[in-house]
Amino acid sequence: MMAAFSVARSSCGLVQGLRTSFRSFSPVKCGAVASAVPQTNLLRGSRWYCISHLTVKERIDKKRKAALAGGGQKRIDAQHKKGKLTARERIELLLDSDSFVETDMFVEHRCSDFGMEQDRNKFPGDSVVTGRGRINGRLVYVFSQDFTVFGGSLSGAHAQKICKIMDQAMTVGAPVIGLNDSGGARIQEGVESLAGYADIFLRNVLASGVVPQISMIMGPCAGGAVYSPALTDFTFMVKDTSYLFITGPDVVKSVTNEDVTQEQLGGAKTHTSVSGVAHHAFENDVDALLNLREFFNFLPLSNRDAAPIRECHDPSDRSVPTLDTIVPFESTKAYDMLDIIQAIVDERDFFEIMPNYAKNIVVGFARMNGRTVGIVGNQPKVASGCLDINSSVKGARFVRFCDAFNIPIITFVDVPGFLPGTAQEYGGIIRHGAKLLYAFAEATVPKITIITRKAYGGAYDVMSSKHLRGDVNYAWPSAEVAVMGAKGAVQIIFRGKENQAEAEAEYVEKFANPFPAAVRGFVDDIIEPSSTRKKICRDLEVLASKQQVNPWKKHANIPL
Amino acid sequence: MAAPWLSPSVNRLLSAAKNASLQSRCSVVLSNGQYSTVHSPTEKTFDKILIANRGEIACRVIKTCKKMGIRTVAVHSDVDSSAVHVKMADEAMCVGPAPTNKSYLNMDAIMEAIRVTGAQAVHPGYGFLSENKEFAKRLAANGVTFIGPDTHAIQAMGDKIESKLIAKAAKVNTIPGFDGVVQTAEDAVKIAQDIGYPVMIKASAGGGGKGMRIAWNDEETREGFRFSSQEAASSFGDDRLLIEKYIDNPRHIEIQVLADKHGNALWLNERECSIQRRNQKVVEEAPSTFLDPVTRRAMGEQAVQLAKAVQYSSAGTVEFLVDSQKNFYFLEMNTRLQVEHPITECITGLDLVEQMIRVAKGYALKQKQEDIPINGWAIESRVYAEDPYKSFGLPSIGRLSQYQEPTNISNVRVDSGIQEGSDISIYYDPMISKLVTYGATRAEALSKMEEALDNYVIRGVTHNIPLLREIITHPRFISGDISTNFLPEVYPDGFKGHQLEEEKCRELLASAAAVHVTAKLRSQMVLNNLRVSSTPVEYMKWELCVELGGRCYSLDVTKSGNSFAVEVDGGKVEVKGELNLAFPLLPLTINGSPKMLQCLSRDASGNIVLQYLGTSFKVRVLSKLAAELNSFMPEKIPEDTSSILRSPMPGTVVAVSVKPGDTVAEGQEICVIEAMKMQNSLTAAKQAKVKSVHCTQGETVGEGDLLVELE
Repeated sequence: MMAAFSVARSSCGLVQGLRTSFRSFSPVKCGAVASAVPQTNLLRGSRWYCISHLTVKERIDKKRKAALAGGGQKRIDAQHKKGKLTARERIELLLDSDSFVETDMFVEHRCSDFGMEQDRNKFPGDSVVTGRGRINGRLVYVFSQDFTVFGGSLSGAHAQKICKIMDQAMTVGAPVIGLNDSGGARIQEGVESLAGYADIFLRNVLASGVVPQISMIMGPCAGGAVYSPALTDFTFMVKDTSYLFITGPDVVKSVTNEDVTQEQLGGAKTHTSVSGVAHHAFENDVDALLNLREFFNFLPLSNRDAAPIRECHDPSDRSVPTLDTIVPFESTKAYDMLDIIQAIVDERDFFEIMPNYAKNIVVGFARMNGRTVGIVGNQPKVASGCLDINSSVKGARFVRFCDAFNIPIITFVDVPGFLPGTAQEYGGIIRHGAKLLYAFAEATVPKITIITRKAYGGAYDVMSSKHLRGDVNYAWPSAEVAVMGAKGAVQIIFRGKENQAEAEAEYVEKFANPFPAAVRGFVDDIIEPSSTRKKICRDLEVLASKQQVNPWKKHANIPL
Repeated sequence: MAAPWLSPSVNRLLSAAKNASLQSRCSVVLSNGQYSTVHSPTEKTFDKILIANRGEIACRVIKTCKKMGIRTVAVHSDVDSSAVHVKMADEAMCVGPAPTNKSYLNMDAIMEAIRVTGAQAVHPGYGFLSENKEFAKRLAANGVTFIGPDTHAIQAMGDKIESKLIAKAAKVNTIPGFDGVVQTAEDAVKIAQDIGYPVMIKASAGGGGKGMRIAWNDEETREGFRFSSQEAASSFGDDRLLIEKYIDNPRHIEIQVLADKHGNALWLNERECSIQRRNQKVVEEAPSTFLDPVTRRAMGEQAVQLAKAVQYSSAGTVEFLVDSQKNFYFLEMNTRLQVEHPITECITGLDLVEQMIRVAKGYALKQKQEDIPINGWAIESRVYAEDPYKSFGLPSIGRLSQYQEPTNISNVRVDSGIQEGSDISIYYDPMISKLVTYGATRAEALSKMEEALDNYVIRGVTHNIPLLREIITHPRFISGDISTNFLPEVYPDGFKGHQLEEEKCRELLASAAAVHVTAKLRSQMVLNNLRVSSTPVEYMKWELCVELGGRCYSLDVTKSGNSFAVEVDGGKVEVKGELNLAFPLLPLTINGSPKMLQCLSRDASGNIVLQYLGTSFKVRVLSKLAAELNSFMPEKIPEDTSSILRSPMPGTVVAVSVKPGDTVAEGQEICVIEAMKMQNSLTAAKQAKVKSVHCTQGETVGEGDLLVELE
């Protein structure tokens, strides 16, 4: 992986290009740092300095001003021209007004090779802006990489700044949002830069499950740098201006001889629909940041905090008559699970995670009577809502996030089973399907399950069944809990029997209804679909005090 | 549930919303006297009636049956198995799959349903089998009463050619034209030339505007012949056509008649149905602003003459075209209950369905002509699931995700056969409901209609409320200066929605800002989190930028209590009201006067879609900072639509006229889509070579599906 740092072509090219232009550009007047420079530095022939005549206060003001200007107006204009905002503009838009408290504005890089030690190559704050602020009054730590300074490249100092706020976020228990816009490693710093990445990775891992971590990719993010977003809970991208890849198109061409554009290789569309690396894509920077504020409202501050409850105008006992007719009579006919979800949740407000990837499962956040909930639902509209490798992994990661952060999980089940076939078996559906099973089983947050129609085979067990400690499991009258569909079952039970149709009818009569599960207590109740919202809201109130602890372990061993 | 923090008025609205759909289905007795069923319990009637129809008309018939103590049987296709009419009826039987020719037109299955349920009579509603003489004959043969006229009257009036001859004989004014069946397109051209353009080509068996085309020249005559005969064949199973002089700029005024089997016939005044699009009625009213008592009487008497000439019984409608000189010409007679019958019920107080049932049972009419009043004024708007921005209405389909009828307003009648969660499918008529308002005067009825349209919540399908509201508030409509050409004359470039005046625009912007601010404030209301800032910033003043129609407006908003003072463009707007973000209706008081807006959608990017004055407006509300930064965001280039052809509506591809490699001229037909039994020709937007064809004949396509790509 380390090799990747140096082969991130697009990033090297960028940084080199910038470096040449830095030489003709000096944002900080000479002498500003003179007294801060150690004695040894004074003797260096290459360093140009003079004795300052400014007071400390004046120097502070100058530095602050310089820090606010980032890489200078020319580069700010260039950033705007690309349709991107600057690091500080992004923070301003993301946070409540006047809430940003910056740290390390005076930090500079410590590189002394390749002419980097010259004053004109030093920028107060270096290539990242860090600090804390509030989103709707709720605390958050933020770092925003500044592409106008050395292309946002990561120096030791840059990494150190990020690590500092991450450490603080961990101690006080507040989420970390990273706004990524970086050309990659600072080549001039070599291993120092690599070490910086590793320092961040380590903190990403330690913070995982302690505070929510969100990455918003707002520019290039290449080479090893991609692993920080990959370790965070959510990775969002901006369409057309953000890229995520291990190696850029040039390297791809030289290694595998594939012709591919940046957009095809690692653009927002690729990662939200093909690879599943990113969880959502937004139109542009402004759109992304406004949506990020909205998304943040769903999250608790840390694993020690409860999921937020927002004031709610939608009556919790609202009956939803449309649900009584939503499931078609023919069990083979599709319907849109999103219709059910939107009708049940507060104000039809559903923030879907990965809406374009593995669409046979729907996951996302919503509120029930103001309380944040995570929603998982099979989507009959796509591939009959079956579970396959991608949907299992998508669902599992979401369930684990909810469980880590005290967010109750509501599961809507209409699943005909796992997808058969060599592609799935060779791809390891057994291993990947086990992830979703594992995630639901280990989750100790309140779990409410509604079987809307099919719950067949192993997939029934997987989808937050009673057997996996589901707290409340409901079935709609249209529910069918069985090992498989009538046709397949009859072919096995009555192999060779003349009257298959009759046998099928008998099977349907026996199993294609909620009773077999209900008489065994595997579902707690059979409910009118229109009353679902009311019941869930009441159950959530009761389950708010749920206490459940898994056996002590160093950590569990999820089948990765 | 009464949420404690909401004002009583909002709670009332909420509970009204909850009850609305219930009311519309279950209110058997209409309290506001729009019609009354005065059924005397001693008068013996049928025990059980089967309603051979679906949707609102089936529900309408069932309502009266219930009042008369008659048991009801609904028939339905498989996709309609949970439809409202099925739930309302005492019994229901499935008569086949979704396509109408396999279910609602499937006589064998319906006869079987009658046999199984033992229904003594059948009400056919309108459309489907209502004017099918075969059906009436089969019923008669099985000893089942057809609630409608006798077979011979259906036959005589059902055929446009024959009906015209009978009308002539009965001394009813008729339109000059060709009284025979047109065989070929060339025949049609010749006849058209003889009569003189413009001419109307229509299906002999037709009705309801289907299979009807107007031609102004030979070319259009040929095309019209082709389309009309295809539509006639698919809608009525009879492709015979006739041609007559087309009366330019006429009014469409019809007389409701009611006759019994004892030779009594009444005319129940007129209905003006001039507001039409593609020969289908959109807004109707009774009485007409145009008729004087003398003309009304003349038309009424001719209508009765015609009814008597065919020994008509039951309710029927004689349609006339009326020119600007108040000359009237017989158009056709509909031997059934009309869609727009409620407005006649409103002004006469009669229950037409009850009268039809009584007449069918053999009773004589109790009323005399002099008993028939004109009480007040009634207006009907046909609320359709269609996009009014595309040639005044192209069908749209979907699921009614939210649906709330304005039945909480007095003097409003909503006839519908759907409810929240219903599907508007491609198989049936896209009508959502008939919205009828009633008042002592026309002005009163119109203002009720405005209020009712503003309070009507329809989500999930595109609907024509924007158009309806524009029509009923248009100065020409208000003054009664209308004709069947009203829509093309008033909107020569197509309907574009309500055009906001400066003041209304400011009101809209201010309302959007109020919604935005309310949502922002609510985001800070975290009830269980103690870790919010100890010094919460209580914003009471906002600087916002609101984008509307490509323009950006600066707004200063100050909130105190539930009132928002908004400064826009130097003008001041005061918006008052308790905004409930979960509720689709936004009852606001703007500058002191009550307004009803609707919030159609709202997202995190600041986009808010508000329905105001019937039309939905898309605005984007951003903080001043976000708006400044937004100016750096690049415009995304929309795809070039001239070289691609997308389906404007869901439907079936009935013909594809091109193949890849063909060169098409601008305006040349590329393919034909049939939806809701209407054929629509899709043409090339420019001259080009066909790059690829993505549809095949017979394929079902959705709205926006790519059909053909040009180079």
